Amino acid sequence: MRFQENWLQILQTTFMQHALVGGSLVALTAGLMGYFVITRQNAFAAHALAHIGFPGATGAILVGAPVTLGLAVFCVGGGLLIGLFGKRVAEREIATGTILAFATGLGVLFASLATANASTTTNVLFGNLLAISVDQLWLFGGFTLFVVLALAVIARPLVFASVDPAVAEARGVPVRALGVAFVVLLALTVTMAVQVVGTLLLFALVVTPAAAALRLTARPGLVAALSVGFALASVWVGLVLSAMVDLPPSFFVVSVAVLIWGVVLVVTRERHGARPGEPVTGGHDTLPAVPEHTH
Amino acid sequence: MTQGPTQGTPPALVLDGVSVVRGGRTVWTEGDLAVPAGAVVGVIGPNGAGKTTLFQLALGLLPVATGRIEVLGAPPRRGNRRIGYVPQNYTAALGEAVRARDLVGLGLTGNRFGIRRSTPDERARVDDALRRVGAAGYADRRMSELSGGQQQRVAIAQAIVDDADLLLLDEPLANLDLRNSQEIVTLLGELRRERAVTIMVVAHDLNPLLPVLTDAVYLLDGHPHHDVIGEVVTEELLTHLYGTRVRVVRTAQGDLFTRSG
Repeated sequence: MRFQENWLQILQTTFMQHALVGGSLVALTAGLMGYFVITRQNAFAAHALAHIGFPGATGAILVGAPVTLGLAVFCVGGGLLIGLFGKRVAEREIATGTILAFATGLGVLFASLATANASTTTNVLFGNLLAISVDQLWLFGGFTLFVVLALAVIARPLVFASVDPAVAEARGVPVRALGVAFVVLLALTVTMAVQVVGTLLLFALVVTPAAAALRLTARPGLVAALSVGFALASVWVGLVLSAMVDLPPSFFVVSVAVLIWGVVLVVTRERHGARPGEPVTGGHDTLPAVPEHTH
Repeated sequence: MTQGPTQGTPPALVLDGVSVVRGGRTVWTEGDLAVPAGAVVGVIGPNGAGKTTLFQLALGLLPVATGRIEVLGAPPRRGNRRIGYVPQNYTAALGEAVRARDLVGLGLTGNRFGIRRSTPDERARVDDALRRVGAAGYADRRMSELSGGQQQRVAIAQAIVDDADLLLLDEPLANLDLRNSQEIVTLLGELRRERAVTIMVVAHDLNPLLPVLTDAVYLLDGHPHHDVIGEVVTEELLTHLYGTRVRVVRTAQGDLFTRSG
């Protein structure tokens, strides 16, 4: 590891420009999706989808198809498969974990059949932001536009169905259909994010920034803005650091995201110390106290 | 049998020869009853007798196997804005992400698709609902930070925010201490006095609710029945209902309560 004096020039190279644009699109999408991933308590599914993408990518190399296509097909397919399983969290977790394990095994098989060289497999597992092509950028732009617009349209019923499914269903919200739509949007997000940070590190970009934002505030709009901000900061600072020392950006992107999360955890520790059930100030101000000796 | 101020309006709930089957199992049969509008109804019966099932029929979440059901003068349908619903234990599942205010707001606009900010009128209605249940003081706190009694108040605020005519509350007093459950009961009495709302409450323990109940629906021997509360709170009926000896005691002040043994 050596400090590169000319890092400012490196940042102006074509591959760095592509990385900056592509990484920003992914950060925008991942930051927004993260809020819903957490309200749905679906973090494990996000992690699993990344792994389900692994055989998609290695399979694409095997048959000579574009890696993005392979990722997209497997992530959306895997997402729909997970979405078909029950609403109960325990049921869903087991199904998700089983599909995850099988997909990873399949990925290893495809990789060895394709006699893919080690660096190709490494790129899928750990991401390679610096290898993003112009074609991929257009695709990322399309995905981002689609995910952001779709989220804007379904945001309110999706939040309702996520935090309060029983009442949402009674109020006529199509809870099941929204669950499937969400998983498809998540799959598109994962397809992009895998190419930035890889399947193994994806959690840090899709879940961690939103988790940090939610520690700071619960105002929905502010959470979304902070989450996107943290994800963008991770990608930008990560890229600059990678230009400075000439190492792959994945480590730095993830490190910045984790650092932000860690700092937020420490800063908000006091406020989140109180457990549910403990007295909260201002609770009973409108009601007369009931004497303690009621028997 | 009916309450004075709401005579003339159709009954809140009518069952006409209703039987209900869920997962291949007959839950109950021969449901024939009419719950008058404006009543505060205790829905009682042993575990698994089909109390929650009755709510699901009314909400249009479950079809009847036979017979006819009418809610507020119309067949049940999902998304009926005239019904406010608080499911059992549901506040326990809420994550850290949602504030009391946001949860109540979802009761008003949560089923609307599209990009639109909430209007000043909608925000005022949310504030009003929170104030009516006495939850204004913690409107901006996360649900996960509130006590059980506070969460139940917010849940009721969500159910009333759209001016429902029928409230279906499933075990609203479960997991609440004596003081909190008394406060929720007081709140139900106030809600009914403010507007001619019909309230149906599933409850394990009748005692805390007795001061406000006017009627009861009880599930006995596989059939739902309806009567005024005075006819239900008798030793023979409650003993039969719960399968264990229940005594009914009236205090010198005229308060009614039940006890086992």
